Amino acid sequence: MRPSTAKKIWQALGFMALRVCMALVLAVLILFLYDIGSKGGGSISWEFLSKAPRRGMTEGGIFPAIVGTFFVTMITAVLSIPLGMCAAIYLNEYARQTRLTRLIRLSIRNLSGVPSIVYGLFGVILFVNILQFGTSILSAGLTLGLMTLPWTITASEEALKTIPNSYREGALALGATKWQSIRTNVLPYAVPGMLTGTVLGLARAAGETAPIMFTGAAFFLPYLPKSPGDQFMALPYHLYIMATQHHAILQVRPLAYGTALVLIALVLGMNMTAVIIRYRLRRKQR
Amino acid sequence: MRKKKLANLKEAAIRAFFFTCGVLAVLVLLGIFTTLITTAFPAFKEIDIGRFLSGKIWDPTSPEKAEYGILSMIVSTLLVTGGALAIAVPVGIGVAAYLSDVAHWRVREIVKPIVEILAGIPSVVIGFLGIVLFAPAISKVLHIGHGLTALNGSLLLAVMALPTIISISEDSLNAVPVTYAEASLALGASRWQTLVRVKIPAALSGIIAASMLGMGRAIGETMTVLMATGNARTFPDLPGGILESVRTMTANIAIELGEVPFYTTHYYALFAIGLVLFILTFVVNLVADVVLNKYQEREQ
Repeated sequence: MRPSTAKKIWQALGFMALRVCMALVLAVLILFLYDIGSKGGGSISWEFLSKAPRRGMTEGGIFPAIVGTFFVTMITAVLSIPLGMCAAIYLNEYARQTRLTRLIRLSIRNLSGVPSIVYGLFGVILFVNILQFGTSILSAGLTLGLMTLPWTITASEEALKTIPNSYREGALALGATKWQSIRTNVLPYAVPGMLTGTVLGLARAAGETAPIMFTGAAFFLPYLPKSPGDQFMALPYHLYIMATQHHAILQVRPLAYGTALVLIALVLGMNMTAVIIRYRLRRKQR
Repeated sequence: MRKKKLANLKEAAIRAFFFTCGVLAVLVLLGIFTTLITTAFPAFKEIDIGRFLSGKIWDPTSPEKAEYGILSMIVSTLLVTGGALAIAVPVGIGVAAYLSDVAHWRVREIVKPIVEILAGIPSVVIGFLGIVLFAPAISKVLHIGHGLTALNGSLLLAVMALPTIISISEDSLNAVPVTYAEASLALGASRWQTLVRVKIPAALSGIIAASMLGMGRAIGETMTVLMATGNARTFPDLPGGILESVRTMTANIAIELGEVPFYTTHYYALFAIGLVLFILTFVVNLVADVVLNKYQEREQ
């Protein structure tokens, strides 16, 4: 029996529709990157990257925003990486299938779904008001740290899962305690993978705006932050200001494009580094 | 013997330390919830909770009579989210099916990381592109005054929801046992028929969960809608409202929290909106979670 031609035509049409979907997504991505790259490229200069904004932010650069984003991401990392790793160690190495473990896992999944602006509200109450850190790098960094926590835990646990059980059992069979086996036979192999996973989370945090808007990011500061208690300028918030809140929006559009390009380059650069390291690690493990 | 006891004690202490870190996730979630409730609570001394949820007018700074109705924002949020899903779900399933059933494995290896790049673009950049790219295009194509509309937000949120929908849908399509497809092909069905009538139905719960997760993300997204939807404080007509300027719950918090005097009814009311947002996304994510778990249990 010959396959009917109608069936063949339907299949060709159907697969074509799927290809169109794929092409559409790729086209949007290329359009995005091309628009930012071509229009932002012209604004990038040494002055743009190394100087502060001047004349009511209609001229000059974005140096304070780069510094601010760097500092706030450091604080995010300091909170999120150790806590996330330790939580992952508990879940993967110690936890048994109890109701509490299931509750912890459920909480982690739900935390990653909490809207970023809700983290902002939480940060305002907990860090700015109750703990009296004020609107500062510290408050903003800690808020972002809590937001990235679920991602860090998940990524770290993935890395721990790749370590074969025989490594653990080998140490235990030689009389090592549980912690000794984790420290000597699990962590040395898992930590690089854990770190690359967490860098992906940090990259997302560096590009976030809503959680820092009310916990420390400033419209404009004539000086660089000197301590974690100072307010700061940040790249994503600066882009928001330049795109919507500036008094001469069309005049500063090239600066906004330049800021968007730097922000995208920073975030995608961090992403890419993590992905490349992860790729190399996987090859080594095989 | 004593040494052993000491070692045991140390082990127990280390275990307790890691346990504390693990439990922290539960505490943070509870902390967010209680913070929102306690901060939102004072608002309801002055505002009737029914009127808060069903009132169409939000005008907290009115000199005569302050109004705190968030229905227009809820509807706006659902309108923008619904529009986003109407675009992202079919396209996302299409891409996932392409990756799992049509694409050569080499193409797949290249395309998957590229789709992940899309997930990495910060929301503020997407919002910016909404202002400079999508909005002018919408206003030109549809001949309307300006393009900062719900439709603009929907398009952008669709782009943002796509990576989630694609990756989870593809996973669930790949998880369909090969025997299902083989049985279908052996009965003479084409690969397309097998995909549409066997594989997609079998992967449906995963696809639904993926769409729910995308929905949760779209409801909670702030910067994109804040920048791209115009933020007019009006009640959107349905269904024509998709071409009007709207203000979502997230955008309203972002706009007003910076200006509101602390510890006023208005301030507390903004936290009440945050609470509504939290509950809404919590429920959506929980449903997605249950659907996904059921599906995985059945697989095992």
